[in-house]
Order: sequence, then C-alpha cells, then structure tokens
Amino acid sequence: MDLFEYQARDLFEAHGVPVLRGIVARTPQEAEDAVRTLNTPVVVVKAQVKTGGRGKAGGVKLARSPEEARERASDILGLDINGHTVEQVMVTEGADIAEEYYFSLLLDRANRTYLAMCSVEGGMDIETLAEERPEALARIEVDPITGLNDAKADEIVAAAGFAEADRAEVARVLVLLGEVYRDNDATLVEVNPLVKTGDGAILALDGKVSLDANAAFRHPEWDKLSDESRDDPLEIRARERNLNYVKLDGSVGIIGNGAGLVMSTLDVVAGAGKEFPGSPTPANFLDIGGGASAQVMADGLDIILSDPQVKVVFVNVFGGITACSEVAKGIIAALGMLGDKATKPIVVRLDGNAVEVGRHILTEAAHPLVTMELTMDSAARKAAELASTN
Amino acid sequence: MTIWLDQNSKVLVQGMTGSEGRKHTQRMISSGTRIVGGVTPGKGGQTVTFEEDPVTVYDSVAEARQATGANVSVIFVPAAFTKKAVFEAVDAGIELVVVITEGVPVKDTAEFRSYAAASGSTRLIGPNCPGLISPGKSNVGIIPASIAPHPGRIGLVSKSGTLTYQMMFELNDIGFSTAVGIGGDPIIGTTHIDALAAFEADPDTDCIVMIGEIGGDAEERAAAYIAEHVTKPVVGYVAGFTAPEGKTMGHAGAIVSGSKGTAQAKKAALEAAGVKVGRTPSETASLVREIMEGRA
Repeated sequence: MDLFEYQARDLFEAHGVPVLRGIVARTPQEAEDAVRTLNTPVVVVKAQVKTGGRGKAGGVKLARSPEEARERASDILGLDINGHTVEQVMVTEGADIAEEYYFSLLLDRANRTYLAMCSVEGGMDIETLAEERPEALARIEVDPITGLNDAKADEIVAAAGFAEADRAEVARVLVLLGEVYRDNDATLVEVNPLVKTGDGAILALDGKVSLDANAAFRHPEWDKLSDESRDDPLEIRARERNLNYVKLDGSVGIIGNGAGLVMSTLDVVAGAGKEFPGSPTPANFLDIGGGASAQVMADGLDIILSDPQVKVVFVNVFGGITACSEVAKGIIAALGMLGDKATKPIVVRLDGNAVEVGRHILTEAAHPLVTMELTMDSAARKAAELASTN
Repeated sequence: MTIWLDQNSKVLVQGMTGSEGRKHTQRMISSGTRIVGGVTPGKGGQTVTFEEDPVTVYDSVAEARQATGANVSVIFVPAAFTKKAVFEAVDAGIELVVVITEGVPVKDTAEFRSYAAASGSTRLIGPNCPGLISPGKSNVGIIPASIAPHPGRIGLVSKSGTLTYQMMFELNDIGFSTAVGIGGDPIIGTTHIDALAAFEADPDTDCIVMIGEIGGDAEERAAAYIAEHVTKPVVGYVAGFTAPEGKTMGHAGAIVSGSKGTAQAKKAALEAAGVKVGRTPSETASLVREIMEGRA
C-alpha cells in the first residue's frame, strides 16, 4: 500500500523526523483557511497523488497570501497527473532551501536485505541520477536484524559525501527514518528532497512510503490510511469477500486455484485468443485458493458475471489438496444460487485430486451453460472461441 | 539420490496441533515421510495419533531435536508467529527448515532469512511455499504425493504451488528426483539458483525444470547462473505475460514494477542462456519429455 505525501509526513512527524507544518485541503476554501491557520508569509500548495512528476505537471505551486493559495488550489484540484485526478492538496509552510539531498531505504529483493540510497545531489528524479551519475548515489546494504543504527547512518552519510559539519545531524535524521521504516512495516521510505535550510536545519520536505500489506494484521491504524477511490469497484467488492481479484480489460472471465496457475491461465487464454476473430483476452485474475467451497465459487462467479465485458467464464482447477468433486459441486451449487443472474457460458477444466468424481458430477448435472474440456489448452481455446462468437 | 530430502530425513512439524498442521501431518505420514515429532509451545508431552502412528508433541524445537534427532522442520504456524518459529528452529540447529505459512510480513522474512543464512547450518525454504518432495522417499509440506508417486530423474524448482502440481502431473510417467516449491514472496530462503546448483550436483537428476513468474529478477539471475554453471538441460516456464503493471497477482512477490520484473524479460534472459522456454505448461512438459526420451 502506497501512502500519500501527507500521510508520510504524519508518520515522519510521529517519529520525530523534522518536517514542515502542513494541512490537507479538499477545496480552495479549505486551502485558504489552511494558510490562515499556518500564519506564514509563503506557502506551497502540493497536489496529493500517488505518482511522480507532480512539479512538471503543474501540481506544486507557491502562494504568498491566503487568497493566492485559494487560487492555486483551485488550479491544482481536479488536475490529471499521469492518470491520477487530484482530489486533495497539502498546504505547507515555505522553506528556505540551501541544499537538496536524496535518501531512501527499501526492500532489496535481489539481495534479500534492505538497501539505503543516499546522495548529496537531491531534488532530481533518482532513476535519472542513478543512470547518469551512479557515482553520486551511495548504495549501502542495511542488515534487516541490526537495522539502520547509528553506525550504519554514519557509514551512509560518509559514503554519500556530506560535508563534515552536516554529517551528525543528517545521520540523526536517517536513524529516525530507519525507525519509520522498521516500526511501520514499510518496504520503502523515500525522502526527495531531504533539505538543509538557510539556518542549517535538516528537513524532510517530501516523503514517499510504501507499506507491506502482509503486515496489516499488526497495524490496526492502517484502516484509516486505505484509499479505495482509485480501485475498480469490482476489486473492492472482491476484497470484501476475501477474493484475490484483479480486473483486466478482456472478455474471458477467469477463475482458478493458485496464483501461478491463474497467471498461467491468463497467458494461455491470451495466446489462444489470437486464433479467433477479435482476439479475446482475459477479463480478470481470480485466485480462489485451496478448498474451493460452493460459496467461494458462487462469490467468484458472481463477481465475474457482474463485469459487463465478460462473455464467457473459464474455470481452471488443478486439484492438489482441493478435491475436484468439491469444485464441481461448487460450480453447480453456485449456478443454483445465482439462478437467472447466470447467463454466460462456463468452460470448465478439472484435473488432479478426485477428478473422475468431479467430471462425473458435471456430466450428470448437464447444466446448459457448462462445457467441460479435458486439458487447459483445449479449454482455453474453447473459452476464446465462445468469447469471439458470443 | 535427491536434493535436500531423502528417506533418512527425520521431520518435525511446528504447529502440528493446529488444524492445517494436523491435516498435512497425516498426509505426509501417508506418503512415507518419517515424522518424528511435533512442536507446540505449552503442549509438550501430549501425543497426537495419526491413523496408527502416535506422534509426540514437544514444547520446543531444541527439546524435540534432542529427543528425536530430527534434522528437518516444517512450519505451519500462523504468520504472526512464524518469525519466532524459524528463529527457534535455526537455534536448535535444524538443517532444513520449510516454511509453508502464507502472508508473513516481509520484514519478518528478511530477518529470519538473514538469521538462517548467518547460522551457516540451516537451509531455509519458503515462506509461502508448498514445500518439497522426493517421491518414494519423503515429502515435506503440502505437495500431494499422489500426483507423481514414482521416483524419476527430473528435478523441478518452482515459485508456484499449483504450477508445480500441474507439471508433476503432466510428467508423472517419467517421474521426479525432487520437486521443490520455493514460494512466491518477495524474499525467500532458497532461490532458483540454489536449486539449480543442487540439481546440477545430483547424480540422479538428468534434466531440470524451472518455473518462474513475474516480479523481481530471480529468473534473470538464474539465467546468468545457468549459462555459467549448469551443464544439464534446463527447461523453463514463466507465468504472467498478461499481468498489468503495478498489480500484485496473488503472490506477494508477483508484481511488475515499471518496466522491471516482466515475464518477457525473464523468458528472453532464460532463452539467451540456452534454456528452452515453453509457452504453456503443456508445451513445457513436452519439451522436457523430448529431452528425457532422447536420453533413454
């Protein structure tokens, strides 16, 4: 889960990281009021969107009065930045910036550890810096068990080439950012820019934080951070029913068990689709996991059949622990529960545990919407064909 | 021979008294695994009977290892307690620790992965994995032994459980030396490279199947390793060509970030290393079959 800048700012502040005061506004009036509350001569109005390039897109503006802040907020609210509509801005104090730096701490999948990246050349896009001047970006491994302690922070600021006089204060802030990372189950904490002000203070001027969804069980406070405004309505409904669903653009609804098999099913359907007019592609990813009960199957079918783009559903199950007999019963029971709502053809491929019984159940039921195929490839072709002709 | 697991493996089950642990312990015993004990803190001294076999529960892994000589532990405890369970197994000197649990916070995994690696004595597999099976010898985890019950000479390593099952099913007449599911999380204990190295060194493995999926760069690294170090034929499969950017596809680690972690890049890297890559699981199985029949 990615956080908005203002949420990152709040986390930083809670951990003692020096930040500027900031107030979130959803209307121009709120932005104007925010300036009066901040009671400061210069403010910055910043679009709150989970994407980069805000400045270039006109999403960050200076204002010197409450009225001007109102106008700038009015310009920014509603802007489209890389496909993200600006629904809120943060009004912050202006800062007297002397120098800009870069810092991030992130999960390094390749090395299976944490990685700190730091540069005294901040403010610019970090990928550009890493490519054009890799020597200007210090990359220091951080051990997950010891974390970003004082010694590690000293190593990072030395490697990044901070001036002697600034090292102690920057290192102190990096340790605090390390605590933000550790205490919040983050997978990314990025500050760009980290700045030194005219009077020598170190401030986190912008923040990007990603949190690990697997750790949600020990962070009840995350409930209020979640932001579903950009999610597909079907994805939200699926999540409410604990289904692992991702909406795609095609016309073949997919249900399978196991993330790898479902990903593979999408690929096989897309490949088979190329042989048919209109080249049908998958409409979704849906993994029903192990032990597919009739209820889970009904929930899954219900979500998929609610997608108006879907023309056919492909149920692809390899029964490992899941018994195919249960899956078959689930399909028939689901069709019973859905009644008239089920109108689209369903292609089923079952293999593995209790496959004979499962296939027998489907044959006996002889439901007019259900077609059984014996292999994943032939079932994918059948589904693509039906999507192409229906 | 096999890799990491054979008929001499003595296996503990951490979390054996829970419903998942109990169910899968029965399945492991039925497929011939030597289950020597269970570990549940606070339930030491109890006995759980699986069909005819009574299995003793211990309070700690150290105690269980002392009493039974166990060298393998499989972990079914809930995500919130997984880190503690792995630390305990590592501290007890268990040689192979297999973490089945799904949904473990990656911070915990990063910590216990480092801890296991630093011990120098524990190999960690998982988390979020189906475990491993050396057919006819031992089965640790949740892979159904009935899919491919007979030992053979194919080695299989996969991020995905169900694709492991699918591939074992398609090639069950030829059979496997060992099939290992390494898991789909962003950080895992045993990588494709570790398995490739072990299969390369295993005299009873003739051909290696490697199944990958979107996210990270493990497949690209494996491709570089194959080009340098693997002389046995390797057949690959990569899932997730149709995955959109920025969406997690079921497995916590299965995500394309920007232009990184795509299936296309992984397939290209493997092919550049001389690996034949199937477009579908069935085509992948056919490629393996051709190689194995060519050797017969």
